[in-house]
Amino acid sequence: METIHTRIWQEEAEPDNPFATRVAYCRGYDVYGEMLGQARWVEMLYLLFREEAPTAAQADLLEALAVALANPGPRDASVHAAMCGGVCGSTAASTLMAALAVGAGQLAGGHEVFLAMEGWAACGTNLDAWRKRLGGLEAIPGSIWPTPEHPPGFDPHGISTATSVKQTLAGLVSYNSGAHLAWLQQNLPALEAAAGYPLAMSGVAAAALADLGFTPEQGEMLHLLLRLPGAAAHALEQHPLGYKKFPFGTVELESESAGGQA
Amino acid sequence: MNTRARGPNLLQENVGVLKSRMGTFYPGSHVIFRGYDLHKDLKDMDWVELYVFGITGRRFTREQLRLLHSIWTCTSYPDVRLWNNRVAGLAGSSRSTGTLGLAAALAVSEASIYGQGSAMRAMDFLIRTLRQVDEGGDLEGCIRQELELHRSVSGYGRPLVNADERIEPLLTLAKSLGLDQGPYLRLALAVEEKLLAGRWRMKMNYAALITALGADIGLTTREFYLFMFPLFLGGMPPCFIEASDRPEGTLYRAACSDILYEGQPERPWRRAGLS
Repeated sequence: METIHTRIWQEEAEPDNPFATRVAYCRGYDVYGEMLGQARWVEMLYLLFREEAPTAAQADLLEALAVALANPGPRDASVHAAMCGGVCGSTAASTLMAALAVGAGQLAGGHEVFLAMEGWAACGTNLDAWRKRLGGLEAIPGSIWPTPEHPPGFDPHGISTATSVKQTLAGLVSYNSGAHLAWLQQNLPALEAAAGYPLAMSGVAAAALADLGFTPEQGEMLHLLLRLPGAAAHALEQHPLGYKKFPFGTVELESESAGGQA
Repeated sequence: MNTRARGPNLLQENVGVLKSRMGTFYPGSHVIFRGYDLHKDLKDMDWVELYVFGITGRRFTREQLRLLHSIWTCTSYPDVRLWNNRVAGLAGSSRSTGTLGLAAALAVSEASIYGQGSAMRAMDFLIRTLRQVDEGGDLEGCIRQELELHRSVSGYGRPLVNADERIEPLLTLAKSLGLDQGPYLRLALAVEEKLLAGRWRMKMNYAALITALGADIGLTTREFYLFMFPLFLGGMPPCFIEASDRPEGTLYRAACSDILYEGQPERPWRRAGLS
């Protein structure tokens, strides 16, 4: 058997069964013998992605972020997608897959957070660098992702910063767990002016994830994970209500030009 | 949709309104598919023809459709080792549903080193390079520039082996259909010639071939990207079925000792250190 290389997880087998786990270590910590009952969920989450356990402030920040992201609400496209599964009795996994697929995108989704975190990696707390970056959207040639249509982390349909976004930013800043959130709060008017749009929740999440030391790839994954609880709950809630109580709509057909030969 | 509106006005204009040029269905009556009655006007279309019509709104010749069919069938391998197929197999072994397994397997096919990621980069390279060559650029210079930028040329070379058994049968078919003389395919072959002659020794892979053929029959990058979605599907159900028929939980089973741990040594959980 070829081996699986990992720095995250180690297991020792039961003496009578090489496939049964006697002890499992996460980054060297005994998961079932020691962490269980002592470690918080967010500490385990952080530890899985990083080499070392979080500080108390980092764990608090991640937990607060998880609360902020837990439910984008039933108007959100990813939750709507999950409800489309729930309302017709689709499988549980497919409803979450639907939420992940829709919540993966560049409008309020995982890839928007990835791109915004790339911004933090490139610009740090240099306002001029941010102004330059926010001033021009760049498509990546040959990418599977569509060309960005708005600066990542900002709301293309917003007028002013939503109160929920400001409250989240202020709440997360209070943990003093990195430079990005505080700088974002201090420079918000200048950044919003450069972007031409108000800050979005994805922008706050990106700054928080950067403060926690996550890479853009890790941040994208965590954003996808942390928004699933609301999608799951709303999908389950819609199931007994049924499709008749769920928006369906009416299509107004616009003319389609006749198909031609390729 | 009024694209001039912005912000909440744009959103408000779209509340409760679903405008579509693509189609709708009238329950109990008929279905409009891109301006045509699905059950009357399009009733004789086969699946691939309808699929590419849905993507493009255009009709394709019998020869083009035959080629598009084969682009799918040539790469449908019932080999559970392939990473996307393995997802379908693991779903079967774990006694999940076939739909979940196949859907996830198709989703992971949008990979960087194979599938959609690789193909889109290859298509972008061919489109850019043909434009540069048409404008008087030197092909070898274009290849060198690509290698300097990306340290590889998308569509050339292959994970696992530097040869592609799909090339010959698909090229033979394209030739028999009279679809092997397009500018993108000629370019793709010329690039391979340069790469083989130089020190790079990279052969054309399936991504370059199919994107060249797709571009030559007029598909845009987005159209070809969507056409690719079921590219590997044919090989996936066999992987699911076989794993489902074997004892549960036996596919790719690893013992505890099969994990090669390279991380931190055993250490106590330092709860006190966190506060």
